[in-house]
Amino acid sequence: MSVMERRLIRETSFGLTSKLWQVSWLYVLLLCGLASVGYVALYSAGGGPEPYASRHILRFGFGLTLMLCIALVDIRFIARCSWGAYVLGVGLLVMVMVMGHTGKGAQRWIELAGMQWQPSEFMKLALVLALASWFHKASWERMGNLLFLIPPLLAVLVPVALILKEPNLGTAVITAVVGFTVFLGAGVRWWKVGLVVLAVGAGAPIAYSHLHDYQRARITTFLNPESDPLGAGYNIIQSKIALGSGGMWGKGFMQGTQNHLNFLPEKQTDFVFTIIAEEWGLVGTLAVLGLLALIAFGGMAMALRCRHQYGRLVALGITMNFFMYIFVNVAMVMGAIPVGGVPLPLVSHGGSAMIMVMIAFGVLMSVYVHRDVEFGEGRDEF
Amino acid sequence: MRRESKHNGVFTRRALLIGGVQAAAFVGLAAKLYQVQVVQGAKYATLADSNRVSARLIAPPRGRMLDRTGTPVANNSQNWRALLVAEQTEDVGGTLDAFNKIVPLADHERARIEREVHRHRRFIPVTIREFLNWEEMAAIEVNAPDLPGILVDLGNSRLYPFSSAMAHVVGYVAPPTEADMGEEPMLTLPGIRIGRAGLEKYHDLKLRGRAGAVQLEVNAVGRVIRELDRQEGTPGQDIVLTLDADLQQQVLGHLGDESASAVVLDARNGEVLAMATNPSFDPSVFNSGVSQAQWLEWTENRRAPLINKAAAGLYAPGSTFKMVVAMAGLEAKAISLTDRVNCPGFLDLGDTRFHCWKKGGHGLLDLHGGLKNSCDVFFYEVARRTGIDHIAAMANRFGLGVALDIELPGARKGFVPTREWRIAQGKPWSIGDTIVHGIGQGYLQLTPMSLATMAARIATGRAIQPHLTRSIAGVLQKGASAEDWPSMGVPERELHAVREGMWAVVNEDSGTAPLARLQLPGVQMAGKTGSSQVRRVSREAREHGFKSDDLPWEFRPHALFVAFAPYDAPKYALAVVVEHGNAGAAMAAPIARDIMTDVLTRDPCGNNPIAPQRVAQTVKP
Repeated sequence: MSVMERRLIRETSFGLTSKLWQVSWLYVLLLCGLASVGYVALYSAGGGPEPYASRHILRFGFGLTLMLCIALVDIRFIARCSWGAYVLGVGLLVMVMVMGHTGKGAQRWIELAGMQWQPSEFMKLALVLALASWFHKASWERMGNLLFLIPPLLAVLVPVALILKEPNLGTAVITAVVGFTVFLGAGVRWWKVGLVVLAVGAGAPIAYSHLHDYQRARITTFLNPESDPLGAGYNIIQSKIALGSGGMWGKGFMQGTQNHLNFLPEKQTDFVFTIIAEEWGLVGTLAVLGLLALIAFGGMAMALRCRHQYGRLVALGITMNFFMYIFVNVAMVMGAIPVGGVPLPLVSHGGSAMIMVMIAFGVLMSVYVHRDVEFGEGRDEF
Repeated sequence: MRRESKHNGVFTRRALLIGGVQAAAFVGLAAKLYQVQVVQGAKYATLADSNRVSARLIAPPRGRMLDRTGTPVANNSQNWRALLVAEQTEDVGGTLDAFNKIVPLADHERARIEREVHRHRRFIPVTIREFLNWEEMAAIEVNAPDLPGILVDLGNSRLYPFSSAMAHVVGYVAPPTEADMGEEPMLTLPGIRIGRAGLEKYHDLKLRGRAGAVQLEVNAVGRVIRELDRQEGTPGQDIVLTLDADLQQQVLGHLGDESASAVVLDARNGEVLAMATNPSFDPSVFNSGVSQAQWLEWTENRRAPLINKAAAGLYAPGSTFKMVVAMAGLEAKAISLTDRVNCPGFLDLGDTRFHCWKKGGHGLLDLHGGLKNSCDVFFYEVARRTGIDHIAAMANRFGLGVALDIELPGARKGFVPTREWRIAQGKPWSIGDTIVHGIGQGYLQLTPMSLATMAARIATGRAIQPHLTRSIAGVLQKGASAEDWPSMGVPERELHAVREGMWAVVNEDSGTAPLARLQLPGVQMAGKTGSSQVRRVSREAREHGFKSDDLPWEFRPHALFVAFAPYDAPKYALAVVVEHGNAGAAMAAPIARDIMTDVLTRDPCGNNPIAPQRVAQTVKP
């Protein structure tokens, strides 16, 4: 591509209208589809549009607007804000530790604008941005320098430690994995990656000893849910029953007995997938899984399509975060991994989580819209 | 640009790798979904259904028991009761404390509740208190928010209209034990009772009925959403007894304050018309659990209110046994109807002297005189000539020392010794043993029920069995007619001689029981007194003007009386035993006379008793 052509893009593509044309409307459509799945599931969970479904779709409308607005923001501006966002994220995590709202034995939330916000959700996005800007334009040689890798490593470990302290094991693991993925995408040498994997393997038992009782209970009941059918294992058993009883074709919309007779705990939030499974069967779950996979792979495609390292890494991190949400949530309701309080994005009921997800998708879309922009030298270099 | 492309290549490779890992993860999730939803789908579908559907049993109403006139003696009444569902409260102790403030619970009640809560699965309601009155029920309902897990409902409970008057015969019901529950799921229902004693126990399975079932759709906290299916159970069968409840009360009244029992039989078919034991107890106490204090009072009471003395009390029969000895002697040809025996007031056997109750002796007596005067020496001699084995065999034929067909689980068969038994004990049977058994002492241990049976068999010559059940679910049971019972096979002439002797005891001026004479026109009663020593009276005491009245209560002899009437056409037979009543003639005979007067006046078997055909039903309180 010639300099001339690039200049052309720079000058023509930065009108707002042109940018809107650059937005991947197909991707927006997929997101709308996922939100609709959420509407249907929450409609059933609430036995009608109230109390969950209508609010869900309103929030999605708000989130979608927010996402499009962010999509139009220049990715280079976002890049400049990366470390600021990171510092803000860590600050919020510290704040939640000091004065945060205590729910379910954990300090996770900040009350703002009538909603409860989990700073850890914001932190994951901020971490991705910060790491991407660190690795942006880092030379292949610099990537080989161990000292160069220490600041970003710390940048990952500090929020992970703070989230673990909350304690929120699920999110901490997701944060670590997302950070790890960005490292991988940035081109860290394989042997160093292997070293980290080994370190994590060795550190796991130590981490286990620092877990809270309820977290350990989750792990033990995960290993043997029937050991305590009315206690900690109840969630897993009931959710598996809901899943399994759906069978191939499901019991039909609004016909789920596990759902409507309240055997499912937290069915409108973390366990929303079980409603789909019970009422729509394997056909429904595979369709939803397919939709989720399309969204994840769409994100990966955007990362590959992007011509600057910053955008690629951001897109990779955001996609990985989305994927991890899905994987942990679906595996959790099937009893394949310990329950972790991770919602299914855009399907689970919950305002702040949805808005954070939509903000992340907004940044992803911004990467896509600005996939061909040139990062200047000097102050653009971090 | 080189740097860019190097990065680009690494990123592309790695992104594709990560994408590949993600794709693999999606496939893994899909496979796991297939396994859970389709492969194991049937299993989980069943689990979902069993989650959803809760089958509950409905307790059938327990069958009623009615007396021969159709008056209920064991009935069901509906009452308000408070139940506790342990799983609906976080703190059972706290809930009970709160309940205690509204309706005080005794310590033993609380202990029982906690025991039952512990024993049952947590969703099974446990009865806290039955028979709540309106104020209590209202107070519980008003305070419901403070009483998590407590619910009030209308339950069935057992009602005994005649209370203690019938307690020993009818028995009582009590909550089943863990062992009872093993075989029968119905027994885990709250408020269910099973027969624990008496006829309630004997007929328990017939009275229980079969549980119905409802299938309910329930939600996660067990709240019922709707009823899916209902199968009504079968109510327990109604049982009509041979007893006459009013007569029972009259008989009990005649026993007064004595520790005593009386049995009245229809001599022709063995129907038990009255079976009274004093003192008695309130059977409804067992419904809700017996307090420690109450239990101690019962068990430490030497008059033993819990024991059905009529069927399980064991007494030496004393002189009431002499008819059996006489018939054994006649059958063994040891004496004839006209043989005479001289009574000088004692019988010497080697060094041992056996005394007659009459110090100066009776002189020459035949069987008639022997019975009329209840002469001990006469029967010493008859027994000596007859031998214990003949006597024992005759006793058994008259229902003594053998198991009777009475429908009482606690009934005892008593004991009549034989030579064989003594030898099996490694001791010889001496002729002296035989002699004391001639007057109903020694090892003999008999129940009033068996003595009444003996009187009835003497009166009618039929081998009747005493029984309490007249009809079950409207079906008349076998044994209601005299023809159902075989003849005793004792020659009528001999039986007649014995009956005549018993007549003389009551009706001849020199008889031993003139107090037993009926004051009814044209009806006479035949009977026999008995006084059975509970302690051997030494010769010294006897010679120094022994008077049993001076003994402490528990060492005084028992007073017995057996009788039948009318003499010329025997219809009713009875036995009365007054524990430590001193003398049969003075204590038991007048009671027997009063009872027989009432029996003959009421004549419960004369008027055709109605056998009600109604099915079990409950009555509102």
